[in-house]
Amino acid sequence: MPTLPIDCTVNGAATHLDVAPRTILADALRQDLGLTGTHVGCAHGSCGACTILLDGAAVRSCLMLAVQAAGHAITTIEGLSNPDALTPLQAAFRKHGALQCGFCTPGMIVTAHALLSANPDADADTIRDMLSGNLCRCTGYISIIEAVLDARAAYQEARA
Amino acid sequence: MNAPLVGQPIERIEDLRLLRGAGCFTDDIAAPDALAAVILRSPLAHGLITRLDTEAAQKLPGVVSIITARTIGMPVPTIPLRLAPLAELVPYEQPVIAQDRVRYVGEPIAMVVATSAAIAEDALDLIELEIAPLPAIVTNDDAAAAAALLFPDSGSNLCITYTARLGDAAQEFPGAIIVEDDFSTQRHTAATMETRGLLARWDAARGHLTVHGAAKAPWAGRRMLARQLGLDEFSIDMIAVDVGGGFGMRGEFYPEDFLVPFAARHLDRPVKWIEDRREHLLSANHAREFDAHLQLILSPAGDILAVRGRARCNLGAYMRANASIAPRNVAQFFSGPYRIPNIAIDTDVFLTNKTPTGTYRGPGRFETDFFRERLLDLAAERLGMDRVVLRRRNLITSAQMPHPIATVSAPVKAEELDSGDYAETLDRCLGAIGWDRLQPLRGQRINGRHHGVAVGCFIEGGAAGPSEHARLELGADGMVDVFVGSSMVGQGLETVLLQISADALGLPMERLRIFHGSTTYLRIGFGSFHSRSTVMGGTAILNAATTLKEAIRAAAGRRLNCAPDEVLLGAGTATNPSGAIVNWAELAADVPAAPGQFDNHTHTYAYGAHAAHVGVDIATGHVEIFD
Ligand code: FES
Ligand code: FES
Repeated sequence: MPTLPIDCTVNGAATHLDVAPRTILADALRQDLGLTGTHVGCAHGSCGACTILLDGAAVRSCLMLAVQAAGHAITTIEGLSNPDALTPLQAAFRKHGALQCGFCTPGMIVTAHALLSANPDADADTIRDMLSGNLCRCTGYISIIEAVLDARAAYQEARA
Repeated sequence: MNAPLVGQPIERIEDLRLLRGAGCFTDDIAAPDALAAVILRSPLAHGLITRLDTEAAQKLPGVVSIITARTIGMPVPTIPLRLAPLAELVPYEQPVIAQDRVRYVGEPIAMVVATSAAIAEDALDLIELEIAPLPAIVTNDDAAAAAALLFPDSGSNLCITYTARLGDAAQEFPGAIIVEDDFSTQRHTAATMETRGLLARWDAARGHLTVHGAAKAPWAGRRMLARQLGLDEFSIDMIAVDVGGGFGMRGEFYPEDFLVPFAARHLDRPVKWIEDRREHLLSANHAREFDAHLQLILSPAGDILAVRGRARCNLGAYMRANASIAPRNVAQFFSGPYRIPNIAIDTDVFLTNKTPTGTYRGPGRFETDFFRERLLDLAAERLGMDRVVLRRRNLITSAQMPHPIATVSAPVKAEELDSGDYAETLDRCLGAIGWDRLQPLRGQRINGRHHGVAVGCFIEGGAAGPSEHARLELGADGMVDVFVGSSMVGQGLETVLLQISADALGLPMERLRIFHGSTTYLRIGFGSFHSRSTVMGGTAILNAATTLKEAIRAAAGRRLNCAPDEVLLGAGTATNPSGAIVNWAELAADVPAAPGQFDNHTHTYAYGAHAAHVGVDIATGHVEIFD
């Protein structure tokens, strides 16, 4: 299968990829770049596990072709993490028991990060609305909402 | 020693990797040399395969092999029952691939192995498949009417009837009130967020197979696979990695658990298969499709005298590895936490042209709890009694423990409820939801929603089954490695078992490492299901810890010139009566690995009560849960 060259930024690094035109972005991130924190739960846009940031906005990497990422800045869960400490959202998820198996978690964190970056004062209804596109089969969501509410303080501080 | 870790809310250690997207689920295992497998599944519910031509697909560049029943050799192996096996169920076991007949939408017919999943999927479209349709048996009524037979040789679609008996429910009950009704529960499926997946590698030189993606009961899966492939069990390693949800569905032996390793050996190449969401919904175990007609017989004062009736299980097309559990449980656990002296319930298990079923979150109990609690509400109405008073009157009291429950036919094992204070959980539940406060809302229509308030009591089995095993090893770095047969299915196993280990050894959790669920860690182990890991794996660890501490005392005694029982163990230290001290790390070479085992073949039962306040929008059917 012929490939197309694309250049984009992934987690802050200039990245070149040669991908088959039909390759979805999630597969390119996972297989070509080894960024396996982006999970594929459905490949149909239903579950939100594959959520990444595209120029800061939360999008589903299973609903995008990799070639569409050319010229854009992508951030994955790996780009939102650091080895030294958990980020405020990650720490809040841990504190509130907002994950069990952890498969949905990267998508949850990325989506919540997009929300709180834009709106650090988001109330519970807004958070629920934003996360309504992310499915979790383990937790029952309540702890996830609580964790995101709790993490707001750090985003409010960052804004100030 | 510090306060015990068990019982404290501890932030989970597995979270550190999972939160960063640094977990390793099956599809995350880097395997650039692996071929990709995809499966051609039956588009029809029932039919005879009249043509299966793979020639054009085989020619597509990148396709390495197309595996069918012919490749494997007919008759192909079938998947045996892991739980409650019976000779009479053997004819209904699922073949690992369809041979001449398909019995459900999603049944594997061929497996394409290619250099990429995309090419393998292209090849699927080139396989020429023709199926002569047979009437599809969808409901239990269809199955009973038998317009078609799934297994023509058996002469019926009724696969087995389980009976649950206690006392004599057939007797006359003069003056008693009989409440009866029809009930049904719909099909459910686990729909774990991570679909199933496997990566198999064959090492031809060693005659050794490694299968990544094992879960739940890896040792049992290995035994089945070894038999099917004609290999020695110890020639197969089952490797468990992070698991995106189990719920009873994952980790049972499915057709792919044979096909993927078979392909790896057949082609002498690593093969990876990652289920897509559509296949998951078609092929992973379904559950809970039951209907029932039941009679509850009560004295006018509200004492339950008997239950009798019939439940029917829509099993799907085959009797899968754990499929006998739900129909058995529906019959056996109808009585739940209540005193029902006479029980006669039969469960007919019907074969239908639907996805086969298996265990899923409290198999059989969800169904039968609903049947029972609904009957109790109907009975309360009929007797003009308060629903809670009727329940409380019939709950088994702690003084009546142990209390026998119905015995199920085949395999027969008498069961009893061991202990519990069922009224206590009911009272606490009512208090927590504010039961009295909610009563006036019952039946009211508020803002377009009809309000309903209900309560139910239940029991749930757990903490039993085959023995579990563990081994502790003290390293020269002073760390203790904990190996355990329990497997992780996303339930926080690592933290729980390390809490137990740390308390048992008097070490901080940072001084322990845990290795679980892979057959490489222990010669024998079992796994995680039936709410058992904390008790079974945890107790195996406790037993191993006792042995390890004895070995440390003995080694320290030799080093410090005192008797082993004079040695005082601290957090990683051993001290003799005169205060001489040695670190565990220095003793590592003299401390052998400590095995531990725990057996519990007696079922024990947890219990509880559940209340809910909901509003139903009559126009749309939408249910809102208020509390
Ligand atoms: S994998 Fe993209 S939404 Fe589910
Ligand atoms: S934590 Fe398992 S799916 Fe969300």
